Amino acid sequence: MTEDNQTGRYGTYGGQFIPETLMSEIERITAAYNHYKADPEFLKEFHDLLNNYANRPSLLYFAEQMTADLGGAQIYFKREDLNHTGAHKINNVIGQALLAKRMGKTRLIAETGAGQHGVATATIAALFNMDCEVFMGKEDTDRQRLNVYRMELLGAKVHAVTTGTQVLKDAVTATMQEWTRRVDDTFYVMGSAVGPYPFPQMVHDFQSVISKEAKQQLLQETGKLPDAVVACVGGGSNAIGSFADFIDDPSVKLYGVEAAGDGVDTDRTAATIERGSDGIFHGMKSIFLQDKHGQIDKVYSISAGLDYPGIGPEHAALAKSGRAEYVGITDAESVDAFEYIAKTEGIIAAVESCHAVAYVEKLAPTMRKDQIIICTISGRGDKDVASIAKYRGVDINE
Amino acid sequence: MSNLKQVFTDEKAFIAFVVAGDPNFDATVDHIVALAEGGADIVEIGLPFSDPVADGPVIQEADLRAFAAGANTDKVFDLVAAVRQRTQVPLVFLTYLNLIFKYGYDAFCAKCAELGVSGLVIPDMPYEERAGLAPYADQHGVDLVPLITPTSGDRIAKIAKAATGFIYVVSSLGITGTRDEIQTDLGSLVSQIKAVTDIPTAIGFGVHTPDQAAALGQVADGVIVGSAIVKLIAEHGDQAAPYLKQYAHEMKAALPAK
Repeated sequence: MTEDNQTGRYGTYGGQFIPETLMSEIERITAAYNHYKADPEFLKEFHDLLNNYANRPSLLYFAEQMTADLGGAQIYFKREDLNHTGAHKINNVIGQALLAKRMGKTRLIAETGAGQHGVATATIAALFNMDCEVFMGKEDTDRQRLNVYRMELLGAKVHAVTTGTQVLKDAVTATMQEWTRRVDDTFYVMGSAVGPYPFPQMVHDFQSVISKEAKQQLLQETGKLPDAVVACVGGGSNAIGSFADFIDDPSVKLYGVEAAGDGVDTDRTAATIERGSDGIFHGMKSIFLQDKHGQIDKVYSISAGLDYPGIGPEHAALAKSGRAEYVGITDAESVDAFEYIAKTEGIIAAVESCHAVAYVEKLAPTMRKDQIIICTISGRGDKDVASIAKYRGVDINE
Repeated sequence: MSNLKQVFTDEKAFIAFVVAGDPNFDATVDHIVALAEGGADIVEIGLPFSDPVADGPVIQEADLRAFAAGANTDKVFDLVAAVRQRTQVPLVFLTYLNLIFKYGYDAFCAKCAELGVSGLVIPDMPYEERAGLAPYADQHGVDLVPLITPTSGDRIAKIAKAATGFIYVVSSLGITGTRDEIQTDLGSLVSQIKAVTDIPTAIGFGVHTPDQAAALGQVADGVIVGSAIVKLIAEHGDQAAPYLKQYAHEMKAALPAK
């Protein structure tokens, strides 16, 4: 048996590369998940919360002005920004927190980058009357102060992580360490499609509601499948959810848009698939930005939600097989898109999502007018207004 | 299989940990020699990783000092070659799997064999994930020292049966660092291991005083000290050798006879 054909693999990627202290718990989570994912009561409660608490199904919105302006393919937005708490993150948190509850856990811990996953976790912890602690890089607590306050308002304790580079990867490490300290009553609600198996699979399954709805909505409206699906990728949770139900439809092109920061060819980037190489980190074999010795790089993006040095193992496998294509969008392009979609469609979208919008601006004009693009707006952009203003040299006091 | 198991034959073992390159490479060579002279039976060399998921703040800071001194895999191999000019104390590496993966499993194990590094302790490689590296470790006679923890439970038998060299028994939940009290029932944990294997056991995580060495030496075949040694190095820098020698001597003397 080789390393590449064991438990929880996506092609050669995935696996369970975590400390022994956590392995028994990972076994329990795997068993519990395999049981509940087929349990009608569990699924009923999950979908009931999605529909009656999180405001699903989210709209599939035809962006008529943007379509006309770009003069190519018809553009539809899957509006995850309209979910309760303002992003796709809530879909996965509801699923994992329900599993935690079924397992008898009373305390949720989570990492967060931009704060959206932390807010979603704090929200569900409040709803379920569970304790909640969120780990967030110090640099991110500074640039996303509003979300820190929001989490505290919801009753969560927020820890500013001061180790390492003080961003998302350090928050993941700190949360894993907290989990090794206290595992009995605690569930680590993983925010992205990363980490040891079964987390990437749970996130895939809980987020796949995005593509299931989108497919049905588009078929209902046009009778057709989309020609392309575009979503931004950090760890890859909204992208895997946006791709999931289309992976077996070969006519649908899948595009993951990474944060290129100052540019894919610069050192200030987070474009993992374009610039990274195979490695083993944070519980998984995947693709990481790292040096030739295997030390993980400091990554950079204007978006706190995308500056992660790795990517979910299923994305690594989709890139390797060629089923999905991964492209980079710079800070400058995403900020332009932030302003463009605000002015053309009246939508203030998260700067993460605007990486996907910026790629749609390039892609749509290359396609025919009878073709269709679905672009996932993964979150709303209120949280980014201050930092975009700052990027443009405008000082607004929050 | 290496010579590690023999270390435990006649005496209880004191295993000392240092981070390679903390605070610089020459100092680490001196430190390893001093620990060996003081009585350390095995020296565990930490090959620093940018994101050490299993390590507490003391070792994280040592990693940063080592990076400032230019630590990387090649430099650490050079360091071991320099150590081998001065002492034949058994050595093991403690590092994270990515550094071994990037060097190449075969090449890394071959290099260990060439330099006389007897074993590897890899905190992020649980039993289920050892299949990639194990054939190469086997082929080059390098032991894969597994960790068994208070949460291992039903997993103990399969881990212990596959172990070579020795078994690293983790005293407590959480990450590395000195602890004044260890809560785990280590007697029960070690006897569960002993029920399935005669591979020696050494207890680490939190161990720092001679009193702890005396008590834990009754339970297991050895003790492992990391953060307490790294603290001495943090305090005394490249002048730490005499303090390390003295500390190793005290810890070794405190261990009970076999």
